[in-house]
Amino acid sequence: MKKHWWKALALILVSYTILAGLLMDAPRLYLLNETIRNLHFHVTMWFGMVILLTISMVYALKYLRTNNPIFDDKSVEMAKIGVLMGVLGIITGAIWANYTWGEPWSGDTKQNAAAICLLIYFAYLVLRNSMQDEQQKARVSGVYNIFAYAAMIPLLFILPRLDPNSLHPGNGGNPGFNSYDLDSKLRVIFYPAVIGWTLMGVWLANLRIRTRQIERALED
Amino acid sequence: MKKFLTLIFLCFSLAVVAQEGAYEITDDSYKDQTVEMADVMRDNGKIYVVVAVIMVLFIGLSLYTISIDRKLGKVEKEVFKEKVNS
Repeated sequence: MKKHWWKALALILVSYTILAGLLMDAPRLYLLNETIRNLHFHVTMWFGMVILLTISMVYALKYLRTNNPIFDDKSVEMAKIGVLMGVLGIITGAIWANYTWGEPWSGDTKQNAAAICLLIYFAYLVLRNSMQDEQQKARVSGVYNIFAYAAMIPLLFILPRLDPNSLHPGNGGNPGFNSYDLDSKLRVIFYPAVIGWTLMGVWLANLRIRTRQIERALED
Repeated sequence: MKKFLTLIFLCFSLAVVAQEGAYEITDDSYKDQTVEMADVMRDNGKIYVVVAVIMVLFIGLSLYTISIDRKLGKVEKEVFKEKVNS
């Protein structure tokens, strides 16, 4: 039971996110209206993705240092769930944008950068599948993983801020969140939401990592 | 047979009791705000209903995830025990 506490925490936090995110008072803002509540669902997907891809990159480094295949397994599965969250983030973002910015894809810098970032990670998954040899696959994709991570940081955190016309809040030379998009009442839900969704992702990745371990055990 | 008769008489007597306590229901009864009803689910543009639906979905998917986790745990036990023995 001891090692399962974080799964329970994930379920509790996501339940809290749904209940509080939909029911608690939200600031009444022009154009956004009730959609400000998407903060707890759409934005958290991206936060979760960045955290999971960071974990993935750390495991890629660990693999390259030790050559222990378990680190490669962890690295891939974390990246897969991270990419899934990114895809969900881009779809939910398009829905949100459709009703607030007027069209699902307005070529906003952050939208484009996020799409490029996802493409880089899609390439990572394709690259893995293109190689037969297990060790070569793990080494090459581990190196690529680090490159992909290094490309993601400027794409998501630097480029959008250089564009003064970006539609996303917190951009246009304006780093981080400001009072407009995140006040203390929203934070109380937003931060637990980030932790909850991330833990859910880690849990799903964990299931697949364990499946891979069983497969390995059955192979030899 | 006795039981059956008792049951029938019981039903009749219940019907009588119900009729004695009955009062007329009119259209106004539906608008009477002095009587408290379980209105929470209908308040605020019925948002609570949506929340209930989403929560049911989330709980269902969570339970399924938990069951996968447990199943995997069992398989793990079997496979890794076998490995130690062989």
